[in-house]
Order: sequence, then structure tokens, then C-alpha cells
Amino acid sequence: MKSLEELRALREKMKSQTDNRSVAGENETVIKVGMATCGIAAGARPVLDALLDEADKRRLHNVKISQTGCIGMCRMEPIVEVFKDGQKYTYVLMTPDKARRVIAEHVVNGNVCADYLIGNSSN
Amino acid sequence: MRELALNILDIAENSLAAGAKLIEITLLFSQSKDSMRISIRDDGCGMDEETLQKVTDPFTTSRTTRKVGMGLPLFKYSAESAGGSFSVASRKGEGTEVCADYRISHIDRMPLGDFGGVALQLVTMNPRVDFRFFVSDGERGGVLDTREVREVLGEEIPLDAPEVRAFLKEYIQENLVDIIGGRL
Repeated sequence: MKSLEELRALREKMKSQTDNRSVAGENETVIKVGMATCGIAAGARPVLDALLDEADKRRLHNVKISQTGCIGMCRMEPIVEVFKDGQKYTYVLMTPDKARRVIAEHVVNGNVCADYLIGNSSN
Repeated sequence: MRELALNILDIAENSLAAGAKLIEITLLFSQSKDSMRISIRDDGCGMDEETLQKVTDPFTTSRTTRKVGMGLPLFKYSAESAGGSFSVASRKGEGTEVCADYRISHIDRMPLGDFGGVALQLVTMNPRVDFRFFVSDGERGGVLDTREVREVLGEEIPLDAPEVRAFLKEYIQENLVDIIGGRL
């Protein structure tokens, strides 16, 4: 069974690595997922998990994924906001698959997934 | 809402919005007694008597974007429609405790769902808040206390570092989720 003792060993291992990680401050992308009642009920948790998983797989150290409260358009949930290059992009009616595409195409390659943006949503 | 774990997440988000520094989430169940209790306690800003009276009314909310607040009403409904009960206790300036009881075998009881996933999300997404999870089936119990984790890690390593996240995921699985053992 995992114990806190193992965590102690992990800390020692990580301490030697922390220096090169802190360099990644520039060009940081911030991603926020609406996680109020409306978002949760619409499926925001699987979307958040997909974002984290995809960022993890690609070892994206300059991407910060966090959650926020009600963004204000409950019928458009799950909503994912991407803050990149000084701009805010609001993706609506998200699914885990769409979230993975946003990471791959927008966050990594810099091509905005226009068809998921709020302005282009047909709903 | 199709999982109780999502209700737990939702109520814990209220605690975060109330400025809690410590949130304690407890899941106690006994199959022989056919009962299960979920409680979420925080040390946030709490509520006054008047707010407390109408807090389970869906047309009461603290947010300003609109006048509907469904979190607590949905959680209350999940308990009361499954042969259980529900309570909220709060004191202004001290904190709030939300408690829901269920009859495990009731046909309308929602499944617990991804409790471990919710625990991991809360712990790693809220770097400035401490959490204490406790799960017990009446015989065995398991704990995750982020204050202990932080003590081991020290100040320079955050809980959301990828390596720590991977550790916590397994820790939650083995210490909390395995006790539930798919029985809820």
C-alpha cells in the first residue's frame, strides 16, 4: 500500500529536478474549466480529466490547468477558457474528445479550434 | 447529476467559494446496517440563521450571475429520494457542515461514482486549501490528509506537480477507493 514514506523518497528525487522546471514561466498557457453545479452536471469533470491527461502525456510543463466557478452561460457548459498569447478563447459545449483536440491543435500547434469557439457554436 | 461523487465535488466547491482553509470530506458506510453517510465540513465564512433557513431553496444563491442555485437542493434530493435524510448546519464566521444519509439498497439511490477522481481533483486543483478525506466501511478506514502530505513535501514542491499527482492518484486508490471496493 502507498504510504507517506514513499512520498518522502519522491521528494528527494524531485528536489534535484526543480531547478530546470522553473524556467518555463514564459509563454505559459492557462486553461480554466467551469466547475459549478451547471458545469459538473453537464460533464465538466471528464473534460478536465481529458485536458490533464493529454497535457500529462505530452509533458506540457508550460500549461496550467485549473478550475473556476460558474462562467455565466450555463446552457453552454462544459466551458473551457484558454488564455494564450494575451488572448482569451472560450470553447463551449465541450467533450473529452474536443478537449484533447484543443490541447493538440490549439495549445501545442497554435491553431485555434474555431468550430468549438463560442461565436461559432450553432446551439 | 448522476453520481454522488459529483454532488460531493459541487458542495466542496461551495466550501472553496466560502474561503475555507480546511475541508473535511467523510464517507461512512455499513452494509450490514444498509446505511451510508456523506459529510462535507469546512471552516469557511459560514451562513447566518436567515440564509441557513432558505439555503436548500433552489431560488437562493450567493452568486450574482442569476437567481438559481441548484447544488444543495440536488444533494438534498439525492438523499431524501433514497430513503435518507439531509441536514445543513452553519455558524457565521465558523464554517458549515453538510450531511446526507442514504439507504444503500434503496432503488433510487444514485451510485457513488468516481469518488477517487473527485478527491484527486479537489486536492490537486486547490493548492491553498487543505483537505482531509476519511472513508470507512465500519471495519477498515482510510485517510488522506493534505496537511500531512504538505509536511512531507515541504514548501518548494506543490501538490499539483505531475509526479506528486501520480503518487496521490495511487494513494487515493489504495487508501480510499479500495475500501469502498465497488460496493457503493
